[in-house]
Amino acid sequence: MKVNIKYKLFLQGVLSLLTVVFIFGCSTSENQDVVSNFYNLTMADEFNTDGPPDASIWNYNIGTGTNGWGNNELQYYTNRTENVTVQNGILIITAKKEDYNGSAYTSARLTSKNLFEQKYGRFEARIRLPFGQGLWPACGEIDIMEYRGENPTIVLGSVHGPGYSGANAVSKSYELKNDRFDTEFHVFGIEWGPDFINYYVDDVLYNQITPDDVEGQWVFDHPFYIIMNLAVGGNFVAAPNNETVFPQTMLVDYVRVYNTISTN
Amino acid sequence: MKNITYIYNMMPVLFGVLFSLATSCEREPSDDTRFATFSANPEVFIDNFSAGLDYGPFDGAYADAFSIDSENKYSGTTSMRFDVPAFGEGYVGAFFFVDAPRDLSGFDALTFYAKSSQSADINEIGFGVNNYNDSKYQVSAKDLKITTQWKKYIIPIPDPSKLFAETGLLWLAEGAENETDESGYTFWFDDIKYEKLGTIAQPQPAIMAGENVNVSTFNGTTINVSDLTQTFNLGSGDNMTTYIAPSYFDFMSSNPEIASIDEFGNISVRKAGLSKITAILAGVEAKGSLVLESSGDFTAAPNPTNDAANVISIFSDAYTNAPVDYYNGYWAPFQTTQGQNDVTINGNNIISYTDLNFVGIQFSEPTINASAMTNLRLDVYTSETLDTSDYLKIQIVDLNSETTGEYTVPVSDLASNTWTSLDIPLANFAGLSSTSSLYQIIFVTDATITSMLVDNIYLYQ
Repeated sequence: MKVNIKYKLFLQGVLSLLTVVFIFGCSTSENQDVVSNFYNLTMADEFNTDGPPDASIWNYNIGTGTNGWGNNELQYYTNRTENVTVQNGILIITAKKEDYNGSAYTSARLTSKNLFEQKYGRFEARIRLPFGQGLWPACGEIDIMEYRGENPTIVLGSVHGPGYSGANAVSKSYELKNDRFDTEFHVFGIEWGPDFINYYVDDVLYNQITPDDVEGQWVFDHPFYIIMNLAVGGNFVAAPNNETVFPQTMLVDYVRVYNTISTN
Repeated sequence: MKNITYIYNMMPVLFGVLFSLATSCEREPSDDTRFATFSANPEVFIDNFSAGLDYGPFDGAYADAFSIDSENKYSGTTSMRFDVPAFGEGYVGAFFFVDAPRDLSGFDALTFYAKSSQSADINEIGFGVNNYNDSKYQVSAKDLKITTQWKKYIIPIPDPSKLFAETGLLWLAEGAENETDESGYTFWFDDIKYEKLGTIAQPQPAIMAGENVNVSTFNGTTINVSDLTQTFNLGSGDNMTTYIAPSYFDFMSSNPEIASIDEFGNISVRKAGLSKITAILAGVEAKGSLVLESSGDFTAAPNPTNDAANVISIFSDAYTNAPVDYYNGYWAPFQTTQGQNDVTINGNNIISYTDLNFVGIQFSEPTINASAMTNLRLDVYTSETLDTSDYLKIQIVDLNSETTGEYTVPVSDLASNTWTSLDIPLANFAGLSSTSSLYQIIFVTDATITSMLVDNIYLYQ
């Protein structure tokens, strides 16, 4: 198994399709059946310094990858200020409609590969998602959250592994009642231990995936890094249409990662 | 029962005059002041009329269209039933209102369940039609598709903060627009109420249909901002556009000395120059704008002098006009011409055509019997420089004889920057075999002349 593709946590905002975010370790409310205690902060980016994101935490994927990052996505990823910047305490990832190096859209994809990786713990981010058909985030192996801009009230929590990737991923959706993901910030997270991944939105635990839930091998036992991106079009969303408004932004208030002293 | 005049497929709203009373001094409300509050009852019709609700059919609507049905319902015991008559038998058209205003500002949508005996489009449905404030906050969803199964429908409120005192809770109009349109069928509504869904978001208001429109004009012109819409993204991810009254917007003029605009979208052009009209709805800038370029004072067309007894008028302030279907049919797909009888300069109504290639005026109900008439007369004005290759062709269409007569006005008979009175014997319209059922007058320039004002179109003997 090609390990290095498999171990990614995705925070992705896909405009029409998926936005991902990570985990939210909802601080184990009293009536939740959560056994983990991930209180030890190991990484936090609060995005408090205007300008480019913190280079000690974030790299960029640039360009169109192979076959649109494997999903026939339509955007060209850049690290230009127009596509990724920090302002007023918020990371802003912007998908724009513009002709750029042969692509019709630009956006950005941040990754913490080789800079921050961790096995197990609580991964969470507070995000306001974009809206509109044709926007989504790329898939990670543990999708803290996937979101399609055409379904503004629904997110998905999924895992992808050998024998259960792509459309066969193990996932479950969560629908907000009387609210939507593109108007206010919401916290998305996972709590990940040796034999479980719990998915949260705000203070709601909506999905738990264990080794018994997957058909193939349980591969979530290595350090994972974080990806945050906003994709346009691709296999998992319809293409943007004439009602899709550009530019679209994914706003990230913070990314925080915790572990427990006793883990590892 | 109160009646309001409903002009089918047109906004049934006549805006009244607003009076503002200025007091001689301003005072802050005292701490003891209690502002009047209105009922926030969200219900319109659940299983019966909600408290205070009344039914007001529009003039000309099919009188027996509405009933309460206990057999077909989405839930509970009854539903609202509407029977759409056959083409020519009238239409379903009514508003449901309360006398005591409701405070709807805490909601973001009108919702209801609907189904029909066959799939159909409801021409218009919404809220805000009333006798209370002249339908100041009217909202219309157009061509709402309904099916033979109960389904929930959502009509978003463009700006809930405006609806703190609303009496028009529901209105609708549906009828067969022609012989092939759906008719003779039934549809039902149930569980009609206002809701705070929380999923109505991403407003995209627009004026002038979202376009940036330029209009050449004169001092004294009055013109309206038009094609006002609000679009929301619903929780389903679908966009929903409604056609809304001007009072939802705050309008701005970039140069009010040149063109001022009131809260109803009425623009008055005052002096020469450029002014751009834009709008904001609930803090969101509307897409689209209207740029007015006034070239200065306007000279009206000469007053016609023919005796009214010998005239059949198509368009003139000097005579009573015959019934006219339209002054611009916006014929698809090749016509580019914009503009119609929507310009008033110093109280004088004129037609202003822009982007002219061809345009038709139609009068079919009834057609005009001009057998006794001998001439067509009209006044035209263009501010363009005229080339010898420019032309204006005028065509007259007779319905029963199925003939069209055409006359080409020599460019030497036209002039720039002044009114030209054209007086053309009907006998000069080659090809017209009868004038007993005149149906259309068509102007053709093929874009050799692209803007033209027209006034005082009439036939006389």
